[in-house]
Amino acid sequence: MPEEQPMVQFKDVEKVYRGENVAVEHIDLEIHKGEFVCLIGTSGSGKTTTMRMINRMLEPSGGQILFNGKDIHKIDAVKLRRQIGYVIQNIGLMPHMTIYENITIVPKLLKWPEEKRRKKAKELMDLVELPEDYLDRYPSELSGGQQQRIGVIRALAANQDLILMDEPFGALDPITREALQELIKNLQEKLGKTVVFVTHDMDEALKLATKIVVMDHGHIIQNATPTELLTHPANKFVENLVGQDRLVKARADVTTVEQIMLKNPAAITPGKSLAEAISLMRNRRVDTLLVTDDENHLKGSIDLESLGTRYQSATSVGDITKSSIFYVNKNALLRDTADRILKRGFKYVPVVDNDQKLVGIVTRASLVDAVYDTIWGENEDDQASDSAKESATPTDQEPATDSAAADDRDAPKEV
Amino acid sequence: MFAFLNAHGSELITKTWEQLYISAIALALGVIVAVPLGILLTRFPKTAKVVIGIASMLQTVPSLALLALMIPLFGIGTVPAIVALFIYSLLPILRNTYIGMEDVDPVLIDAAKGMGMTAMQSIRQVEVPLAMPVIMAGIRLSAIYVIAWATLASYIGAGGLGDLIFNGLNLYQPDLIIGGTIPVTILALVIDWLLGRLEYHLTPVSERT
Repeated sequence: MPEEQPMVQFKDVEKVYRGENVAVEHIDLEIHKGEFVCLIGTSGSGKTTTMRMINRMLEPSGGQILFNGKDIHKIDAVKLRRQIGYVIQNIGLMPHMTIYENITIVPKLLKWPEEKRRKKAKELMDLVELPEDYLDRYPSELSGGQQQRIGVIRALAANQDLILMDEPFGALDPITREALQELIKNLQEKLGKTVVFVTHDMDEALKLATKIVVMDHGHIIQNATPTELLTHPANKFVENLVGQDRLVKARADVTTVEQIMLKNPAAITPGKSLAEAISLMRNRRVDTLLVTDDENHLKGSIDLESLGTRYQSATSVGDITKSSIFYVNKNALLRDTADRILKRGFKYVPVVDNDQKLVGIVTRASLVDAVYDTIWGENEDDQASDSAKESATPTDQEPATDSAAADDRDAPKEV
Repeated sequence: MFAFLNAHGSELITKTWEQLYISAIALALGVIVAVPLGILLTRFPKTAKVVIGIASMLQTVPSLALLALMIPLFGIGTVPAIVALFIYSLLPILRNTYIGMEDVDPVLIDAAKGMGMTAMQSIRQVEVPLAMPVIMAGIRLSAIYVIAWATLASYIGAGGLGDLIFNGLNLYQPDLIIGGTIPVTILALVIDWLLGRLEYHLTPVSERT
């Protein structure tokens, strides 16, 4: 398997403080380029210890850490640290240096010429939307949020590819924190940086991370993407850390339209006569038919109303097809779709696959089922996950076979 | 007063110069030894207690006794006086340097290290600038002590304004006593003011009060 070399690799790393105090042990972890890795855990879980071993602020007691394939123990600690951005919780701006001096600490250590440093500082200020004349101010003249912006760009100033962040937004108020989270996420994506981010805030981790590493008592409990973590928490501990609220919400968050749609919607091809359309409606007990071509591509819809009024003039289904129709992709997330369906007052929405082929239909009734599961599912606990699946398949399939759109006439009243 | 200046004017200038010379050398030596030692001690907290303890002990030796003790070692004259005053200047500078360095926010030291500063760069660019007001307070305190005590150096033949004062005491001439004391006070005040200016310039702009 030709796999890209990880940027940082932990191999059975442990850290034992003087005596028997084990901070972390058996840490095996790979961090790849471009990843946003959140280390999360309660205090004393070893998350900060793990992070600080990467830039040799702490030396492991055992095992090996590789940085770009090279054992960090063989790299001069000072040189290593200049290649790795470092953002700490208390911001740590030097109060006696101007913003410009603060930003360019590492470039100065690397002996960049003044011209290049000045240019870089301006560029970075632009990046975080702070005015250039702030460069001559002192940290105490800036607000907490502005200071941490400087803290962040200071870690980028020498073009470091890897940034370590130790609860960088912990001390900020929620609004500022959110703004900075957005900022760092954008920067990370735009600049392709690799970030190792220590936090104890699950919301923050879920929002930012591409990979979440859950730690407890010095061990890695789970290493997964946010979606995996929400859908398949490894054990009770992770479940508690994530919280019931989020697990329940997550179900709606990660449910796709395909999972709750009704299959086999009532459909007809444009070539068919109106008489055939009416008899199909009667058979399926619906007032609307979806129109598809022979390859099952969605073309539009016809309803009973237009059928009745234009019965005289039109001959085939194609003549009265309304081609403007709202549809969703089967891979779309339910949380995005549900909103639109409910707000726009659609009775139903056809579901298509990536080739625009009709595969199913979402009705208000199937939404009710999904919402019911989300709200009440947690009380039944074990049954919850089952019923979520059930609702998507067997129970809904039955009515689907005889009445796709027919359900809808009742559904809104129930809602 | 004019009579006094006419009689003792040139002597006054020489003696003031001697006083200044002894004090300045003692203080300079004190700074050269105590500031680096204080910085060094912050890296060895256990040794620090012992060293500061010893310096405090030296401080308690009566000044006249200390001057007398210098005679068997260095004879009489300027050298023993400078050595004795140097010993006195150590403690305030050492203690303030140590405290000032210890008081620097560990977060900043961690940040400096984490960004890739060597220990030396961290000390020079971060810790000393931030500790500067406290270090300078120690130096100013030492300067005033040293200038005042340099008066006693006259007892072991080091000269200085003490000569005028002790002559005045021996000869029952109050004008000599006053004429020796006032320049000492003025000297101390002027030096303190000058060091204050120096402190202002050494202190980073943002840390000035």
